[in-house]
Amino acid sequence: MIRVTRSAVIDAPIGRVWEVLRDFNSHSAWHPAVGESNIERNEPADQVGCVRNFFLKDGNHIREQLLALSDRDHVSTYCILDATLPMKNYVATVQLKRVTDGDRTFWHWQSTFDVPKGREKEFSDLVGNGVYEGGFAGLRSFLRKPGARAAPSGATIQAQAVVATAFGGPEVLRYQAVQSASPGPGEVRLRQTAIGVNYIDVYVRKGLYRMIEPPAAIGMEAAGVVMDVGDGVGHLLPGDRVAYACPPPGAYATVRTMSADQLVVLPEHVDDETAAAVMLKGMTAEYLLHRTYRVRPGQAVLVHAAAGGVGLFLCQWAKALGAKVIGTVSSEDKARLARANGCEFPIVTRDYRFAREVKNLTNGRGADVIYDGLGREAAAENLEALAVTGHWACYGQASGPQDALPDLGAKSGTLSRPVLFHYTAQRPMLEEIARNTFEALRNGTLRVDIRHRFPLAAAAEAHRELEARRTTGSVILLP
Amino acid sequence: MIKVYSSSVIEAPADAVWAQVRDFNGLPKWTPFVAESRIEGNLPADKVGCVRNFRLKDGGVIREQLLTLSDYDYECSYSILESPMGVENYVATLKLTPVTDGNRTFAEWWAEFDCAPEKERELAQGIGQGVFQAAFDSLKGLLRK
Repeated sequence: MIRVTRSAVIDAPIGRVWEVLRDFNSHSAWHPAVGESNIERNEPADQVGCVRNFFLKDGNHIREQLLALSDRDHVSTYCILDATLPMKNYVATVQLKRVTDGDRTFWHWQSTFDVPKGREKEFSDLVGNGVYEGGFAGLRSFLRKPGARAAPSGATIQAQAVVATAFGGPEVLRYQAVQSASPGPGEVRLRQTAIGVNYIDVYVRKGLYRMIEPPAAIGMEAAGVVMDVGDGVGHLLPGDRVAYACPPPGAYATVRTMSADQLVVLPEHVDDETAAAVMLKGMTAEYLLHRTYRVRPGQAVLVHAAAGGVGLFLCQWAKALGAKVIGTVSSEDKARLARANGCEFPIVTRDYRFAREVKNLTNGRGADVIYDGLGREAAAENLEALAVTGHWACYGQASGPQDALPDLGAKSGTLSRPVLFHYTAQRPMLEEIARNTFEALRNGTLRVDIRHRFPLAAAAEAHRELEARRTTGSVILLP
Repeated sequence: MIKVYSSSVIEAPADAVWAQVRDFNGLPKWTPFVAESRIEGNLPADKVGCVRNFRLKDGGVIREQLLTLSDYDYECSYSILESPMGVENYVATLKLTPVTDGNRTFAEWWAEFDCAPEKERELAQGIGQGVFQAAFDSLKGLLRK
């Protein structure tokens, strides 16, 4: 068994070197010894198991299979399947590490293999010097080539994003190529792995919340892996799994460069899809139940859209806090789902009539707290359903904005208009809310049920489903 | 849990760098911020489990315990037992890897720890730049001579 190890320092940030090396078919562009190369069966070049079929410029023919690829550890492992060279059991690993001193990259390339007796030195030189050292030199000159890629300091990556081309219906959303700049001070660049769809995305798309000027990408929530980190970012490293729920919009993208302030590192027990489903909606449930109003055991809690994304989390968590959970839903199916998630008394209504039922369920008292994402249409019914000295948290406006202040004096009621992003604006509070949300996932208080997964390119379809009230629970997009 | 990671390239072979840094009692010899150091209980400085007790030039006293020492992997890890820094569960690792291209050394130093949220940024900066990178810079100067 021969072991060959070579290593080098490349004068470019790790994100830029990895961007090239993670592409299993890129070697024909940068390796001086490699001629024509194809990935068999048209598979993506980052699909584990794919096979590259290539010729060396000396005429040899090799097929190699990708065995492992990690964007977290910057590792690629592959083996030779067939070769016109007498090498057996060849397995090689490329690993990159960040040189923080100067923002460069350490590249470690190692393999083990067998060759016919007596030819060990010949092949260890061929692999070590010809392939690995030749590769170091080839990549260095490839990265310096003007035009082929941007300069090391400003490596811009081609990405895909869903852009609102104007304010309007789902049809204004277009899946298109965008540039993802290398991160500036205080920023990181993420390769996004799962993206959350929220009702706020609809408001942004319609222009009801003026948070973008079209054309611009929308979306507030995603999970991903840190590719590279700008100056002055202390809490994140390339390879960290992270998630966020924050403005500005722009989450509907394969790669995103953004401020590092609002990113939290994911614990191992929270996978990327769960994170994309829970960051905005789960953290919303956390602050609504503990901060906007502190729910106590035995209180009557009214949750509107109880089978929706936030609604299910509110039901689960309020139930765990010992509350009597009443909900409104638009169908029997949704009532069953809400019930299975802690909503003891789901009320089926499609015309926002529920006050009488709420009063019946509370001996005429009404709800101690109302979690209302409905807005205008239900205002009068909500006031009627509210208990004396009760609290009405109006955190959304699916049926349109609420204009006039309701007559709270009739109940000594209080009204709030809470927004997640105000609660999470300061990092200590963000971390506390995220920590409590992750803990609620770990101990089973929150259960994520992702029933709707769409490709990122089909974001418009996801919006249509959401607006037609055909979705329940969480909706995510997969890049 | 905070993670801090610093890495650098030292223009000397890994054996030479390792000879300088493997002495767990040797901080005063190669870092710019340690005034004096001793190993508690008169133990050898390469006995895993030994505790170094050292005084910083600014006066603070730190006690650290050797958790790993590998002459094979050029790796050393240790935990903080006592310090004025306000950190808990602090474990750090210093690792060298040869760079065959140029016969140099890739040096990595990372730490994980807990601390009060309002101190995170300051500590991450202080440890990553003030300690690890400063020690790398000092090492580069020593080994160039």
